[in-house]
Amino acid sequence: MNFLAVIGRVTISFLQAAGKIGIFAVNGVRHIFTPPFYPRELWRQMLNIGYYSLPVVGLTTLFTGAALAVNIYEGSSRFNAESTLPTIVVIGIVRELGPTLCGLIVAGRVSASMAAELGTMRVTEQIDALVTLSTDPFKYLIAPRILATVIMMPFMLVIVADTIGVLGGYLLATTKLGYNSGSYIKSTIDFLEAIDVMASMTKAAVFGFFISLMGCYHGFNTRGGAQGVGISTTNAVVSACIMILLSNYVVTEMFFSS
Amino acid sequence: MNEIIPKIELKGLHKRFGSKVVLESVDLTVMPGESMVIIGGSGSGKSVTLKCILGLLYPNGGSIKIDGTEMVGIGADERKKILTKFGMLFQGAALFDSLPVWENVAFGLLAQRLCNRKEAKEIAIEKLRRVGLSPDVGSLSPAELSGGMQKRVGLARAIAANPEIIFFDEPTTGLDPIMSDVINELIVECVKDVGATALTITHDMSSVRKIADHVSMIYHGNIIWTGPKDEIDHSGSDYIDQFINGKAEGPIKMEILRG
Repeated sequence: MNFLAVIGRVTISFLQAAGKIGIFAVNGVRHIFTPPFYPRELWRQMLNIGYYSLPVVGLTTLFTGAALAVNIYEGSSRFNAESTLPTIVVIGIVRELGPTLCGLIVAGRVSASMAAELGTMRVTEQIDALVTLSTDPFKYLIAPRILATVIMMPFMLVIVADTIGVLGGYLLATTKLGYNSGSYIKSTIDFLEAIDVMASMTKAAVFGFFISLMGCYHGFNTRGGAQGVGISTTNAVVSACIMILLSNYVVTEMFFSS
Repeated sequence: MNEIIPKIELKGLHKRFGSKVVLESVDLTVMPGESMVIIGGSGSGKSVTLKCILGLLYPNGGSIKIDGTEMVGIGADERKKILTKFGMLFQGAALFDSLPVWENVAFGLLAQRLCNRKEAKEIAIEKLRRVGLSPDVGSLSPAELSGGMQKRVGLARAIAANPEIIFFDEPTTGLDPIMSDVINELIVECVKDVGATALTITHDMSSVRKIADHVSMIYHGNIIWTGPKDEIDHSGSDYIDQFINGKAEGPIKMEILRG
């Protein structure tokens, strides 16, 4: 009986949390489209989320692209299929590794920073102060963060991640594995299809939504003091990463399931 | 004869968190232009009362009227309109870290689209001057200011839009006695300048004696005494006497576990 009660409690609290996050998401998205708008705040968030994430995203995907090329070369040479290396690198990076790695890195950097910033604002009464200054916290704090992440993930970060990831594979293949530069680029371009790029950008937008949603939700609902901010930050990163991996599968199925 | 409508009127205000009742039945009337100070120990419900009036917490029962308009159960747009009448100085100043000092002061003006950024900056600098801060403070970040300066910036922000009602939440907490007196004097001057109604919550008796026209004491979620400041020393209430003299012995029992 106790065991069943535990399962029931866990299920109810899970559904309650899902419901609260759902309502929070609907509110956040609704305020993106209703005035007043805060373009300065949107610009500040776009700069912070997009521009300042570029170095870490670029470095990570550069080395991942190179490592992927080594692995594929080793594997494909076992059955004399080394010529497939450029194709597999570009498809692997663009469809899967570029958006997913970029999402996980941005989740660690941006989701944590949103949760910590909003959590601190909550415990120091800055969010209450916004209300007393006739400003809706959802419009001023949540909507610009969600919109900025959904714009910057596909249109800046994932484009850069995909490009640098493919470049990493190219550099390794041409300098260490003896591939011809021209034929590598030709193979890469020939086998890359529009749907691969579309899937990559769609994933990035979905990941961006979950990264900002989890960061904002946990930060906005912080309780207590410094410990509460720490808990919110951890929860934001963990839940954002889970949602990225889960939605990655769903979007991949949507685009490529036969 | 026209009856004067109270600026703030609370009747039977009730608020609980789960099974814990914080406000049992608070009745309070603040007339226009009056400076009311609510005193009471920690956890007696002072801050919750303020937050209920501002709509930051939803009461479980009772009535809150501002200028005769019922606030409980009104829509978000109507509430937002009424909130433009308010200014508030928070206990920890609650300045926005991401904005320079002048934008903190001008935030309400810009949010309500009362003027453009250039005019808002000029007003912010003027308000900073009013609370004794030089114009160059305007470009600093709140993190670069001392506690006393942050309180002054918070005060400048509270009066920036010339509100009709100003709330002060523990305005002198964490300040040395001299800075406390400076803040108290500024509060009195600024409230007089803008002709506002003031509601202050504090347990600092020097603030009470400096700021208040009327004083109310809250205890266990009820207002147990209200009267003019001059009568506080002869209230006839043992609770008031114990509180203003800061004695451990008396009818007010602190929840302290003794080993």
